Amino acid sequence: MQVKLNGEIRELPDGLTVTGLLAHLGIKAPRVAIEVNEAVVTKDRYESHKLSTGDSVEIVAFVGGG
Amino acid sequence: MAADGWSLGKHAFTSRLLVGTGKYKDFPTMKAALAASGAEVVTVAVRRLDLSKQGDESLLSWIPQGMKLLPNTAACFTADEAIRTARLGRELDMGDLVKLEVIGDKRTLFPDVEELVKAAAVLVKEGFTVLPYTNDDPVTARKLEDAGCAAVMPLGAPIGSGLGLRNPYNLRIIMETVKVPVLVDAGVGTASDAALAMELGAVAVLMNTAIAEAKDPVMMAEAMRDGVAAGRKSFLAGRIPMKLHASASSPMTGLIGT
Repeated sequence: MQVKLNGEIRELPDGLTVTGLLAHLGIKAPRVAIEVNEAVVTKDRYESHKLSTGDSVEIVAFVGGG
Repeated sequence: MAADGWSLGKHAFTSRLLVGTGKYKDFPTMKAALAASGAEVVTVAVRRLDLSKQGDESLLSWIPQGMKLLPNTAACFTADEAIRTARLGRELDMGDLVKLEVIGDKRTLFPDVEELVKAAAVLVKEGFTVLPYTNDDPVTARKLEDAGCAAVMPLGAPIGSGLGLRNPYNLRIIMETVKVPVLVDAGVGTASDAALAMELGAVAVLMNTAIAEAKDPVMMAEAMRDGVAAGRKSFLAGRIPMKLHASASSPMTGLIGT
């Protein structure tokens, strides 16, 4: 399936959950937050939230700022 | 002096200096400066994770233990963008504090107050402790207070400019206009600017560039800590009124030869 990931179109396995996506990307950092189609997916829903083709996903983290 | 605490919503603090984490030349310098500042609150930005780079050093591992993170919505230009960023920041930190910035102009980075008030109202309803970065405008400050913000944070001067407090009179009016804490955010260049903000009656001062881009950020962090403390004490002690003419400190009686 095609998903827009942090602004770029990516080809990902069908039916991937958010947990699966993080594993697929090799993201271990606990301090990320996820938004799918402009709505936050809370950590307790990572396992159950399945991505669909055409989804827009944002993965964010804290960086230095004032 | 007895304990001189203050609070933002349900969060209580003693330090009156809040510091940012941007623009440092490296993480060890940042860590040392944050520690030297004595600050209890540290601002951070929310950005897309760079998916091409893995195993990067995390900013968070360089923030001294016990500092409270204050996610900001820097570089958001609409209420909707700021609201989304605030929600992501809360998910990252699992806290309720947010420094709400909605910028209206790229060159000056002045706030878009219309969008700011709109975003503040939504986030307050969602349970955020909203700390809006705003213009030095008393009317907007009142609107932000009415929207339920836990504080208002008028600018001293444009972000990163180091120009100092360009309009101390408006800041003073804001402090008399609202009941919530007034924090001066942005524009501080040196310790005397921070002291002046506190002498005017600011509850606290928030800054980033003045420390991060100083030649010696750690020493400047100490200077800011001391400047804020000195300004606060001056405010509490109550300055003398300014007078046009002299008023002798020594008695005018008992002079020799008279």
